[in-house]
Amino acid sequence: MRERSAGEAALLLLADSRLPAGGHAHSGGVEEAIRLGTITGRDDLAGFLRGRLATAGLVAAALAAAACELGAALADVEDMEEDVEEEDADDACRLWRRLDAEADARTASPALRETARTQGRLLIRTARRIWPSAMLDTLARAVPDGAHHPVVLGATAAVAGCEPRQAALAAAHGSVAAPATAAVRLLGLDPVAVHGLLAALAPDLDGTAHAACASLGGARSVEWPGLPAHAAPALDLLAEGHRRNPLRLFVS
Amino acid sequence: MGVNHEDPHGDHVLPHGRALRLGIGGPVGGGKTALVAALCRSLGLAHRLGVVTNDIYTTEDADFLRRAGVLAPERIVAVQTGCCPHTAIRDDIAGNLDAVETLEKRFGPLDLVIIESGGDNLTATFSRGLADRQIFVLDVAGGDKVPRKGGPGVTTADLLVINKTDLASLVGADLTVMSRDARAVRHGRPVLFTSIRRDTGAREVAEWVIGLLEDRPRERHVADRTRTASETA
Ligand SMILES: Nc1nc2c(ncn2[C@@H]2O[C@H](COP(=O)(O)OP(=O)(O)OP(=O)(O)O)[C@@H](O)[C@H]2O)c(=O)[nH]1
Ligand SMILES: [Mg+2]
Repeated sequence: MRERSAGEAALLLLADSRLPAGGHAHSGGVEEAIRLGTITGRDDLAGFLRGRLATAGLVAAALAAAACELGAALADVEDMEEDVEEEDADDACRLWRRLDAEADARTASPALRETARTQGRLLIRTARRIWPSAMLDTLARAVPDGAHHPVVLGATAAVAGCEPRQAALAAAHGSVAAPATAAVRLLGLDPVAVHGLLAALAPDLDGTAHAACASLGGARSVEWPGLPAHAAPALDLLAEGHRRNPLRLFVS
Repeated sequence: MGVNHEDPHGDHVLPHGRALRLGIGGPVGGGKTALVAALCRSLGLAHRLGVVTNDIYTTEDADFLRRAGVLAPERIVAVQTGCCPHTAIRDDIAGNLDAVETLEKRFGPLDLVIIESGGDNLTATFSRGLADRQIFVLDVAGGDKVPRKGGPGVTTADLLVINKTDLASLVGADLTVMSRDARAVRHGRPVLFTSIRRDTGAREVAEWVIGLLEDRPRERHVADRTRTASETA
C-alpha cells in the first residue's frame, strides 16, 4: 500500500517545524549554552550547529535510517499476511527494543535520554493519528514510555513512504533547525542571517544523511552496533545543566 | 441551561470516557492562576482534578498552586513552551496532550483537567483538539476598552470572565461599558464578572463548570474508559 514515490512530499511534512509533535519546545542545548555565555551571537551559533550536526546529528540520522529500514521491512511483512502472527509481533517488538537500546547506548546523559523519549512519545502519538499503521502500533507497544525520537522518526518516515536516506535527512535537519530557531527566539538574532547559516550547512546535511546510511545492513540487528556512535560531551553537560535550571523556557 | 447550545462549534460535543479538558487563557496577570486555584477550592472535594500549567517562564504558576495547597502537588504538571505559549495551546498541542494523559494515567480516571495557558495576547485561543471548553480571563485593570477590541479570545471563548471587579473604581473602569461591549461581540455566549480576591471560590464560574460536568453522560464514564484502555494497550 505504501507509495514509494510519495517519499519526497512526505519528507517535507516530516521536516517541517509545523509538524505538531512538540518540537517547538526544544532548543537542543542552545538555551543552556546561551545562559552560560557560550553562545552570544551568530558566529558562536554557527560553530555550535556544525558541531551538533557532526555528532548528535549524525547519530540521530543513522538511527532514523536504521529505524526506517526496519519499519519498512516490518510493514512489508504486515502487508503480506492478513493476520500478523503473534510470534511475528513479538519478534517485531524485540527488534524495536533492540534498536531503541542502541539509541540508549549512544546517549550518555540521563537528561538527554529522557528528552529523547519524551520527544519520541509525542511524535508517535501524532504519527499514529496521521499515518495509522500496525507497524507504529507495534513500536508504541514495544516501548510504551516512548522510544528515542530518532527511532520513532525513522519508523514514521517508513510509514509515510520515505526511504532511509530521507529519514536520515529529516533527523539531520531537525538536529540543527530546532536549535537555530531557539537561538533566534532567545537572542533576538536576525532570522534571515540564521537561515543563512542553515543554508550554508545544506551540503553537510546531505553528507550526513549519506554517511548515516553507509552502515545500514538490510534491517538486520547484528549490524546495529556498527552504527555511528559519535559522542558530544559538551551537549551532554549542557543537557544536564539545562535540566537543573528552574528558569528554563525550553524543555531541552 | 444546556451549555452545548451556546457552543459555536456545535459538532464538538462534550467527551465521555475521559476527563473534561478545560482551557483557561487570557493576557498576563489577569487572574488565570487565581481562577484555577478558585476552581480547585470549589470543585476539589467532589471531583477528581488535575492541572496543567504552561507558564512562559519557569514553573511559577505550578509553584503558586502547590504553595496555595488547593490540590495535591503531584496533580499539577508544568509544560515548557519554548517561548511560544500560544503554539503550545493551539498549533502544536502535543506537549499539553502528553501532560494531560500523564495525569490521567497516573491518577486513574479524572473528572476535570484544567489547562492554564501562559499569559498571552488577545488572539491566543485553545485548539479544540486540546480543550473541550475554554474560559478567557480579562482584567478590569487592563482597561475597560479591551472587550471592545474583541479578538478570538474575547469573542469565541465558551465563557468570558472579567476579573478584579474590586479594582474598577480605583482604575476608573466602567463595568457597564465592559459588559455591554463584551455582550455585543459574543452573540449570547456567557460573560461573568468576578473578584477572585473577594470570592476565593469564584462561585459563579465554578457553577458554570459544574454545569459542563453534569452535561456529560456520566454513567458511561467507567465502562468507556475500560474499553479505551484495552483498545490502546
Ligand atoms: N485585586 C485583585 N487582584 C487579583 C484578583 N485576582 C487575581 N489578582 C491578583 O492579580 C495578580 C495576577 O494573578 P494571576 O492569577 O497570577 O494571573 P495570571 O493570569 O495567572 O498571570 P500569568 O500566569 O502571569 O499570565 C496576582 O497578584 C493576584 O493575586 C482580583 O480579583 N482582584
Ligand atoms: Mg498564571
